[in-house]
Amino acid sequence: MTGLAFLIPIALGMGLLGLLAFFWSMKSGQYEDMDGAANRILLDDEDEVEW
Amino acid sequence: MNAPALLAPGDTALVGTRFTVPGIKCAGCIGKIERELPKVEGIEAARVNFSAKRVAIQHDPALDEDDLTQALLSIGFEAQRVEDNPMGTEAGERRKLTRALGVAGFGMMNVMLLSVSVWAGAEGSTKELFHWLSALIAMPVIAYSGRPFFESAWMALKYRRTNMDVPISIGVILATALSLYETITGGEHAYFESAVMLLFFLLAGRALDAVMRDRTRDGIGALLGRMGKSASVVSEDGSTRRVDAQDLEPGMLVLVAAGEALAADGEVEDGASSIDNSMLTGESQPEAVKAGDAIHAGAINLASPISVRLTRTAEDTAIAEIARLMDEAGQSRSSYVRIADRASRAYAPAVHTLAALAFVGWMIAGAGVHQSLVIAIAVLIITCPCAMGLAVPTAQVVASGALLKRGLLVKDGSALERLAEVDVALFDRTGTLTIGEPRPVIEGLDDEARSVALGLAQASRHPLSRGLAAGLREAGVEPAAVENVREEAGHGLKGEWQGVEVALERPPSGALDLATQLRIGGRAKTIVFQDQMREDAADALDGLSAQGIASSILSGDREESVQQAAARLGLPAKAEASPAEKLETLEAFKAKGKFPLMVGDGLNDGPALAAAHASIAPGSASDASQQAADAVFIGRGLTPVALAIDVARKTMAVVRQNFAFAIGYNVLAVPLALFGYVTPLIAAIAMSLSSLVVVANSLRLAGAAGKDTQGVNG
Repeated sequence: MTGLAFLIPIALGMGLLGLLAFFWSMKSGQYEDMDGAANRILLDDEDEVEW
Repeated sequence: MNAPALLAPGDTALVGTRFTVPGIKCAGCIGKIERELPKVEGIEAARVNFSAKRVAIQHDPALDEDDLTQALLSIGFEAQRVEDNPMGTEAGERRKLTRALGVAGFGMMNVMLLSVSVWAGAEGSTKELFHWLSALIAMPVIAYSGRPFFESAWMALKYRRTNMDVPISIGVILATALSLYETITGGEHAYFESAVMLLFFLLAGRALDAVMRDRTRDGIGALLGRMGKSASVVSEDGSTRRVDAQDLEPGMLVLVAAGEALAADGEVEDGASSIDNSMLTGESQPEAVKAGDAIHAGAINLASPISVRLTRTAEDTAIAEIARLMDEAGQSRSSYVRIADRASRAYAPAVHTLAALAFVGWMIAGAGVHQSLVIAIAVLIITCPCAMGLAVPTAQVVASGALLKRGLLVKDGSALERLAEVDVALFDRTGTLTIGEPRPVIEGLDDEARSVALGLAQASRHPLSRGLAAGLREAGVEPAAVENVREEAGHGLKGEWQGVEVALERPPSGALDLATQLRIGGRAKTIVFQDQMREDAADALDGLSAQGIASSILSGDREESVQQAAARLGLPAKAEASPAEKLETLEAFKAKGKFPLMVGDGLNDGPALAAAHASIAPGSASDASQQAADAVFIGRGLTPVALAIDVARKTMAVVRQNFAFAIGYNVLAVPLALFGYVTPLIAAIAMSLSSLVVVANSLRLAGAAGKDTQGVNG
C-alpha cells in the first residue's frame, strides 16, 4: 500500500507532464507545417559557411 | 528612408505580413526564401509554411505590400498578400478538438490503468481508493473533452431535433453520474473508463474530419482578391488620387496603368490597349479594347495606360453579380445531408428506445432501480457509435490523402460523398478540356526562325509571347542572341539579330485573332496559336463513361470552337451559354433526378459550379471558381477528374462496409448487454476492437488512387 502512495502520484505526474508537453508543442505551432518539417531536413545549413 | 542607424536594431517595431506563394514546391524553395529575403534591407526574417504555401515576413513598417511582393518576385516567386487570419475560426475549431483529444487521451490512459487493477482483483479499501482516483481524473476530463458533444447535443435538443451527439451525451453523463454514485456509496463497479474512452475515440474521428477540411482549405488558400482594390481617380483639375474600390462611384474617370487590375466596370474613354479577361471568362486570349468599349472589373490592362469612365461600381459590377448568383446557387447544396447524419437519424432513436426498454423490462422483471439502470447504461455504452463515428471520417481522410498525392484536392468529406453519387458530367471547354494557354503551331518553322522567335518572345510578358516561348522551349529550341529588343504596346516586339532587323508583330490580316507574324529581314511568316486539348482528355472521358457517367460540353465559348472540340471528343455540346443559362442547364438535370458533375474554370462557370451536385475546377481556374468547386485538380492532365469519381465511389463502398461492421457488432453485443452479461471489461475491449477494425479497413483506401494512370478504370 505504501508503494502505491508513491507510484500513483508519479504515474499521474508523468502523464500530466506528457499532456503539458503536447499542449506546448501545439501552442508553439509544431503541427502547423508538417510537410515543411519533412522538407527542412533536406536543407543544407552549411551552405552559408561554404560560400 | 527612416533612420535605422539612429536606433538600436531592437528598437524598431517590426510588423508581420503574410503572403501566399503558390510556387513553393521543394526544400530548395524554403531555403531560398528564408535565406535571400532577410538580405533585403528592412526585412528582418522570413518563415515559410510549406503545407499552406505561405510566407510570413517580419519587416520594417516602412516597407509596404508592393515592396515585399517585389522582393519575392526578384528571387523568383509570385506572391499575393493574405488578409490577416481569414480562416481563423476553422483553425480554432481544429485546435479545440485536438486539445480535447489530448486531454481525453491522458484521462483514458490513467483511468484505464486504475480500472485494470480493479478488474485484476483489487479489493476493499484499495478498490475504493482507485474508484475515487478515477473519479478525480475522469470528472474534469469529461467536463472538458465532452464539451464539443454536449454543446452540439444541446443545440439539437433546443431546436427539438436529435443527432448522433444526443445519445453520446446522455450515455456519457448517465455513466458518469452512476459511477459517481457507486464510488460514493462504495459500490461494486464504476464506469469512468468507458465514458472517457468513448469520448477519446469519438474525438479522434472529429479531429480527423477537421484536419481534412483545414488541409484542403490551406491548399487552395484562395481569396476573391484579384479584383482591383483601388483605382487612380482623375480629378477635374487633372490630378489623380487613389480611391478604394468600395468608394468608387459611377461617372468617375479612372486611369488604369499597364499591369493594373480594374476595380469597377466601365467604358474606355481614351487610349487603346489589350486586356486580360481570364478572371471573368477563363479565356486567356487578350482582348483588344479601344475608346467606347466596355470593360469589366477584374480585367487586367496588359499594354498601355487607358482612361476609363466608370459605369457600375462596388456591388453592381459583373463580378459581384456572378458572386451573388453563386451564393444563391450554393444554398441548395447546403441542404445535402451527410451520410453519418443520415445514419444517426435512424440510429439515435433506436438506441434510446432500446436502452429505455431495457430499463423498463428489468424493472418489470423485478430487478430494482439500481440494477436496471446499470443495464440500461451498459446498453447505451456498448451501442456507442464509436465505430460509427470513425467509419466515415477515417475512410474519407485516407481517400483524400491518396487523391492529394495524385494532384486532386478534395475540400471536405461531404464533397467525396457527393462525387460518388454523380451520374452525368458537364465540361467547360477553355481551360478545362483545353489547357487554357495559347500554344504556337511551330511545324512550319525552320530552325533559324524558331530560335529567333524564342529570342524575341522570351523578352516579353504578353500572353502570346509567353505561350510562344513556352512552346518553343518544350520543343528544345535554343534562343538566338537577339539584341536591342523593344516592345511597342499594341504592335509587338522588335530587335536586331546578326545585323538584320527581326520582329514579332501583329499579322497583316485582322481575321486571325490568335496569331503573330515573325519577320526576319524581308521574310515574314505567320505563326498561328491554338489552345490545345489536354493530352489525356479522351482517356479521362473514357474513364468516366466506363463508370457509367455520360459527359457533355457546356461552354460559353463561340459555337465553332466548341463544335470542333465536341467532334474530336465525340461529345454532345452546347455553346455560347451565359452563366445564367449554364445554371439553368444544371437545374434542369437536377429536376430530372440526375446528379450532375460540373467541371469548369472561368468565373462564368461559378454559379454552375456552385449549383451542381458536385463540382471540380482546375488549379488554373479563377479564385472564385476554386472557392465554389468541391475539388481542385492541379497539373496538365484531366485524369484526376475520372480518378476522383472512382476513388469517391471506392470510399463510399468502404464507408458502407464500416457501417455494416458497426451494425453487425451491435447486433451481437446488444442482446448480451440487454441480458446483463456485459462486464465493463468486455465492453471496453469490444469497443476498442471495433474501432481498430474500422480504422484498418479504411486504411485500405491509401492505395485506391493507384500508383500510375492505369488505375483510372479500376
